[in-house]
Parts: sequence; structure tokens; C-alpha cells
Amino acid sequence: MKLYFKYLSIHFKSQMQYRTSFWLLSIGQFFIPFSIFVGLYFLFERFGQIKGWQFFEVALCFAVIHMAFSLSECFARGFDMFSSLVVKGEFDRLLVRPRSTFVQVLGSKFEFTRVGRLLQSVIVLVWALSNLPIEWSTIKAITLALMIVSGVFIFTGIYMLAATMCFWTVQGLEVASIFTDGGREMAQYPLNIYQKWVARFFTYVIPFGTVNYLPLQYILGKGDGNELIHMLTPVLGSLFILPCFLVWQFGVRHYRSTGS
Amino acid sequence: MIHLEGISKSYKIAKRSSGLRQAAKALFYREHTTINALKDISFSIKQGEIVGYIGPNGAGKSTTIKIMSGILVPDTGKCTIMGYTPWKDRTQYVKNIGVVFGQRSQLWWDVPVIDSFELLKDIYKVPQQEYKSTIDLLIETLELQEIVQSPVRQLSLGQRMRCEIAASLIHNPKIIFLDEPTIGLDAVSKIAVRQFIKTINKEKGVTVILTTHDMNDIEALADRVILIGKGTLLYDGNLEELRKQFGTTKIITADYAKNTDPIQIPGTAALSWTPERIVLSIDTERVKPSEVITHLSNKVELLDVTIETKPIEDIIVQLYKEYQI
Repeated sequence: MKLYFKYLSIHFKSQMQYRTSFWLLSIGQFFIPFSIFVGLYFLFERFGQIKGWQFFEVALCFAVIHMAFSLSECFARGFDMFSSLVVKGEFDRLLVRPRSTFVQVLGSKFEFTRVGRLLQSVIVLVWALSNLPIEWSTIKAITLALMIVSGVFIFTGIYMLAATMCFWTVQGLEVASIFTDGGREMAQYPLNIYQKWVARFFTYVIPFGTVNYLPLQYILGKGDGNELIHMLTPVLGSLFILPCFLVWQFGVRHYRSTGS
Repeated sequence: MIHLEGISKSYKIAKRSSGLRQAAKALFYREHTTINALKDISFSIKQGEIVGYIGPNGAGKSTTIKIMSGILVPDTGKCTIMGYTPWKDRTQYVKNIGVVFGQRSQLWWDVPVIDSFELLKDIYKVPQQEYKSTIDLLIETLELQEIVQSPVRQLSLGQRMRCEIAASLIHNPKIIFLDEPTIGLDAVSKIAVRQFIKTINKEKGVTVILTTHDMNDIEALADRVILIGKGTLLYDGNLEELRKQFGTTKIITADYAKNTDPIQIPGTAALSWTPERIVLSIDTERVKPSEVITHLSNKVELLDVTIETKPIEDIIVQLYKEYQI
């Protein structure tokens, strides 16, 4: 963990060598989700509510998933950009160092410009929370924090799966963005507005539902009595990263036996 | 210290064929060909040796280095280095080795070199005090004082290579693998790098395994060469032996006062001839250089004579030909 922060600081120093580009990209990153959010706003302006969800409730959904996305794009960028590491043969270098491949890949790249996106989602979060009549308790606050954490874990898990594929092929990795970008777009709305199978897929296969939809039922008091389960869903969702981790290990083993 | 026994490794390579139809077919089904990168390689290296590992491109040099440094797992064979099996005890083992890939950098591009060194210190968990003394020594012997504060992207190739070598020695490895350490360097940098490799070998007893295409590297550094071609071990022994075995040719260049008669000396072959100069290649097993010169002086009025040993480069070319690799 200490090493991870060392990596973080060296990358931060590198980034600061290019200040102008940093600011421009960050501002750009601020406006991408902003435009999506404006769309969301006008949608509710017109329809008032969707399947019993009010504007600020959906805004909360939106804020949480975008926050998780920007955090994971910033801190797990190493896995997201892993193909370039393999193509350039840099992965061999990681293997001759006495640390786990996981922490080294994670430390191979950071994308600090995602701070713009993060800021945008924080603003939405604060705005939504201040307009919702929630009775706050410590547990609810913890649940909210866990929601974001589980989102980061799930996105990171998907990046890891995509990265593992690089050991076999470096082409066709766009598949993964169906799940990251696609998942993010889907999960910015509560899952119950979709078809049953879509909701199921994003609950049981790639558990984006546990990032916002399910625990929000607890926080917003929409639940049907299963409060404890809804509260714990972010924790369960976080477990998604475990199989991803195993798949990753398998990929590394494959790489070392084929060397391709 | 290093012991390889019967190491073999083969790769599966997808066949690529031309044509749109073939490419479409390849989407669903791919034929593979197996390439034997290494066949039954065995050798031992003692502590403190400098070994030149040579062979033409694609001979299997990098594969061997990758196996010895724990990156790749061989198909069969045993490899023990300092009591470890590299690919099994990877994290424990790699603490003891340093690897320099001449064509790839291990330094962080945009930050001062010293920051990269500090990060490597943390990666290898080198205690602060030990780090301090090592780095001071490295900076001094490699003359890095003026460049450690500059970002890597501003360094010349020679400066960068010196930093790369320093970076791979921060954790005081017992063995160092150098994969083409002098590639692309100018003459001065090459000599500096060679000098340094010699120094660490002498003073710290670091075992050095070096792959290169520059035979001058080998000549300057290695007492022993291992030649590999098409995945098999062809020669393992010292450089002098190799020279004796294959380097029996010498080149004599003679300048003389104008003489238009052609010159023929038994046991020699004329490489070029003009009325003022002749270049002869002689086989020292058949005729002694002194005899040739006597012969020449009888025929012409000699002005200048030089004798050269066939460069090691040519010996290697001859070897490659001989083994058909």
C-alpha cells in the first residue's frame, strides 16, 4: 500500500510537468458528464418522474455511479491501459521486480484529469442530497460511502478482466467498454426502469445494481422491509473483484508459459 | 551459481496468411505452427564470471534471458540459480538479480532520474542507509552528478544507458543480465559502460551475463562466450580458444614501389592488388607471416607492411556460416 502511494506521487510529479494540458483535460472531463446531466434534468422537467423515482433521487444515482467511475478511471487506469504495457513489452519489466503484478500494474498509470469528472459528480451529489428529505444516520452515511467503494471495485474488476484478455489478444478490447461505459450509462438510472433481464444482468452478473439502485432503496426509505439486505448489497457487490483477481492471476500464469 | 539443464521452450505462433478470405477465416479458426525457440540448452556459470551470450537475431538469446530472469516458464528442463528456480520463487528470486533491457527503459520518463532511483529503492525495499551508500558510489563511478536531477526525456542515449545500469544495481544484485547494453551508443559511452561493467564485476564480484551484437563488447569484457543458434547451444568456451580454432587467418597489407608484375605467393590469397599495393589473406597454418614478407621483399621494394588479425566479427560470421545459422 505504501508502494502504491509512492507510485501515485511519482505520477503526480510527471503530470505536473504538463500543467496546461492537465487543466484543459480536467475541464473537458467536467463537461462530458455535465452535458449528460443536463439531458437528465430536461427529461424530468418534461415527465416529472420515472417509475416512482423523482429527479433528485435519480440525480443521486447518477452522482454515485459517475463518482465511482471517475475514481476508478483515475486510480485503476493501469489496468484500463494495460494493453499498451503488453504491446511495448513493459510487462516483462514488472515481472523482474519483487512485487506483485497487481500493485505494479495499478501503479503503472494514473489519470489525474478525471478530477474534473469527479468534481462534477460531487456537485450533483451535494445538490441532490440537500434536496432530498432523508433522515440521516451513521449507518446510512456508511452505506453511501460503501456504494461508491463498491462501484470503484466493480469498474476495476472489469478493467482487470479486459486487461487479462490482453494476454491472448490485444485486439477487440472494445468489448470491455460495453460493460464499463455501457454499465455506467445504464446504472445512472434506477435499474427498475429497464426490462427484467437487463436489471437481472446488472444485479447478478455485473452487479452495478448494488452500487446505487439497491442500497438507495434503503437510504431513501423505498425498501419493502429487507432493509438489512439492501444495506449490505454494496459489500456483496464489492466481492465482484475477487473472481476478477483470480482470472488475472490465471492470465499472468498463461503469459509466463507462452510469452506471447 | 547458475545451472541450466536441458532447457527447452517452444512457442505457438498463429499462422498469418494473406488475402481477405484467409483473414476472414482466421477470425474463427487459426492454424498454429510450433517454433522451437530453445532445444535442450545446458550450461553452468560460476560466480564472478562475465559471460557473453551471442547468436544471430532470433537465435533464442532473449528467451534464455527471460527464462533465467523468471519471466518465462520453460517447457522442460531444470534451472537453478542461487538455489532458486526462477519461475517458481519469482518474488524471492528477483531480489537478487538486475536486468537491463537495452531497448527499453525502466526509468520514469518525466521525472528527474533521482526520483526513479528513489522509487526503485521502495520497490526493492532497500534500507535507507544501504541505498545512500550504493547510490553515492553509483553516481560517482558512472559520473551521474550532473544528470540525476534532469528528467529522463532530456537525457542523451548514452546518459540514459548509464542511468539504466545504475537503476538495475540499486538493490545490489548478485547477478546482472544485460541485454544489448551498448546498442546505439557512441564510442565514448560504449567504453564508459564497458569500463563500469568490468569494475562492478571486479569489485563486487557481480556475475554478468551479457547479450550483444557488438563483438567489441565481448572482446573487452567476456572471458567466456556461449554461442547459440536456432535454439541450440553451439559453442561454450573462452574467446581465445574460439580465436585459435577459427581465427587462423591474418591479413597482410604491403605498399611497395611501383611494380606491374603480378605477385603469387603459395598459401595466400590476394584480396586486392594494384601496382603499388597488395592485400593478402594468409592461412597461418600453412604459411608463416615472416615467410610471406620475405617472399614479398624478394620480389618488390617494400615501403610499408601491416599485419592484422582477422577481427572477431568475421570469426563470428564464419561460425554462423559453418553452423548454418
